Amino acid sequence: METTSTLEKILRLIALTLVVIFFMFPIFWIFLMSFQTNETILAIPPSVIFTPTLSNYAALITGKLTTAAGTLDIAFMRNLMNSIFLSVTSVAIALVLGVPAAYAFARHKFKGSEDIAFTLLSFRFAPPLLVLLPLTQYFQWLGLADTYFGLIWVYQLICLPLILWIVRGYFEDISADVEYAYRIAGHSWFATFRKIALPLAGPGIAAAGLLAFIFAWNNFVFALVLASADKQPVTVGALAFVTSSGIQYGQIASAIVLSVTPTLALALYAQRYLVEGLSLGAVKG
Amino acid sequence: MSETALFINGVDKFYGPIDHGVHAVKQLSMDVKKGEIIALLGSSGCGKTSTLRMVAGFEAVSRGTISLKGREVQTFAPVKRNVAMAFEGYSLYPPLTVRENIAFALKASKLSQGVVDEKVASIAKLLEIEDIMGRYPSSISGGQQQRASLGRALIRDADLHLLDEPMGQLEPQLRALLRGRIKHFIKERGLTAILVTHDQTEANALADRIAVMEGGVLQQFDTPQMIKERPANLFTGTFVGEPPMNVFPAGVSGSGEIVSFGLNEGVKLDYKASDFSHAVRGELMKRSKVVLGIRPYAVRRSEGGVGAKVAVNQWLGDQTHIAADFAGGTMVLVEHDRTNLAIGESVGIRLDPSSLHVFDGESGRAISHGQELA
Repeated sequence: METTSTLEKILRLIALTLVVIFFMFPIFWIFLMSFQTNETILAIPPSVIFTPTLSNYAALITGKLTTAAGTLDIAFMRNLMNSIFLSVTSVAIALVLGVPAAYAFARHKFKGSEDIAFTLLSFRFAPPLLVLLPLTQYFQWLGLADTYFGLIWVYQLICLPLILWIVRGYFEDISADVEYAYRIAGHSWFATFRKIALPLAGPGIAAAGLLAFIFAWNNFVFALVLASADKQPVTVGALAFVTSSGIQYGQIASAIVLSVTPTLALALYAQRYLVEGLSLGAVKG
Repeated sequence: MSETALFINGVDKFYGPIDHGVHAVKQLSMDVKKGEIIALLGSSGCGKTSTLRMVAGFEAVSRGTISLKGREVQTFAPVKRNVAMAFEGYSLYPPLTVRENIAFALKASKLSQGVVDEKVASIAKLLEIEDIMGRYPSSISGGQQQRASLGRALIRDADLHLLDEPMGQLEPQLRALLRGRIKHFIKERGLTAILVTHDQTEANALADRIAVMEGGVLQQFDTPQMIKERPANLFTGTFVGEPPMNVFPAGVSGSGEIVSFGLNEGVKLDYKASDFSHAVRGELMKRSKVVLGIRPYAVRRSEGGVGAKVAVNQWLGDQTHIAADFAGGTMVLVEHDRTNLAIGESVGIRLDPSSLHVFDGESGRAISHGQELA
């Protein structure tokens, strides 16, 4: 058993508190801002005492942004729905494609398998803007520019390599003999994949899926270039708050709060898997 | 003639490209009869596990055929071969308890729950794992996992049971007990089994026939007794037997009534021509270089014997192992009494012609065992 002195406990508590404040303060401040008007936000000196208002949230939900220069239409809720749709669909497709591929790369060493796997990973190295210019041309030519289909396809550049490489490590960690034992007991390889490999790699798949979701959700450049207003996710949509009559800090803050919520909820839910998953992957090396 | 359960015909296994990769199994041919227990015996990397995995269907056969009950199966998926296997690494399913792991093997056989429970209970009793049936693989010892894995293989009613190092992790007493029980279990049910092992005691105790492998080549495939008494070549002779066979290179000469072996350091062993059959003498005289082999327990001490100097003398509680410097090498003797010999003491050694194994000096193939041709 580990024994710690009182002093050690106190010091540890102080250190932890400092770390938490350092990391949580911006989020906490944004949370407070989301309940303030532009005037109180910009007041000097800033104060944590104010009369909370729900006007920012109301503006986002109704889509009517009132500024000094008049009323503007914003599509924030639509952006949010786009974000959810794009991220969920992209991750789902990446899982359907990536998990069996990861299994194949983990279990079968065929000619060029390492090269293919590495090529897929290399999609993550390329600077997105460099890829985007030719891609835009192609997409316009193919009629894929400004379509959900095209966007989800491009999002695979983000999700697929991530899922492939994380999940592959998990499959490699499972002893092949466990699967052989199942196969020799009279099951096909597909049944083995479904009943043995998938459940055993479950935490890794969950972790990889969550990471892919976060990356997809936070993507900005692809959507900025390839999507028009009605298909843009929140990351791009937030630009609308920079208006001719100034920056709408209150609305931006509440938009951030709303757009962080789905990821945060998902992360909290999957936290167990994520921590276990990442550490297992790290041990694997 | 009993039915052939397994027939391996001219099988090669290459890891990597055929003819260019690592040649793990070379031109292996052997047959296993229904109801037989076969041991594949050899050191690590001799190809025994590769052979087992090819039979199970986990490794592709590079060349040759494998037939189970008369049908060629080398291209079949494992599921179509109806074989059971216990893995060296246990390979239990982590999310299932020991009981579920064992019962799981019967899932595909569609037996009623009552029959399954009964079978599982009897296997648990056989392997002494009744007290851990409700536990998960991660919470039990290696030896217990190994027994659970063995149980999962033995419970099945397969045409062939493949057991890869099935008892390596068990304590000696338990191993001895289970050897007997498992053999009885297999024989009683008329099952056919191939076990892979590097433990000769296990091979001798369990197997009807032993296949000795080395360097991917089958060296000898015979009963334990024949392998011990009539080793086919120098490898089998020195690999099987504890302590190993003493071997000394020798030249052969003969004149009329005498057969004479000239060992290193001028040591000369003369035998009467009548100690060997006519055919053996003929074979010996064709060669200038041979290797003489003699089992440690067949070496005798005698007053008028060839001189040797004691280097090690160990009493093991039930037998004495003596190592003596002899003809530029070491001669090991096993005696059943406690022998009082000081280190450095001179002893006379006698090698009875009837216990002598003679191998070809170049190919290592056996020429004679005692008086008779190999």
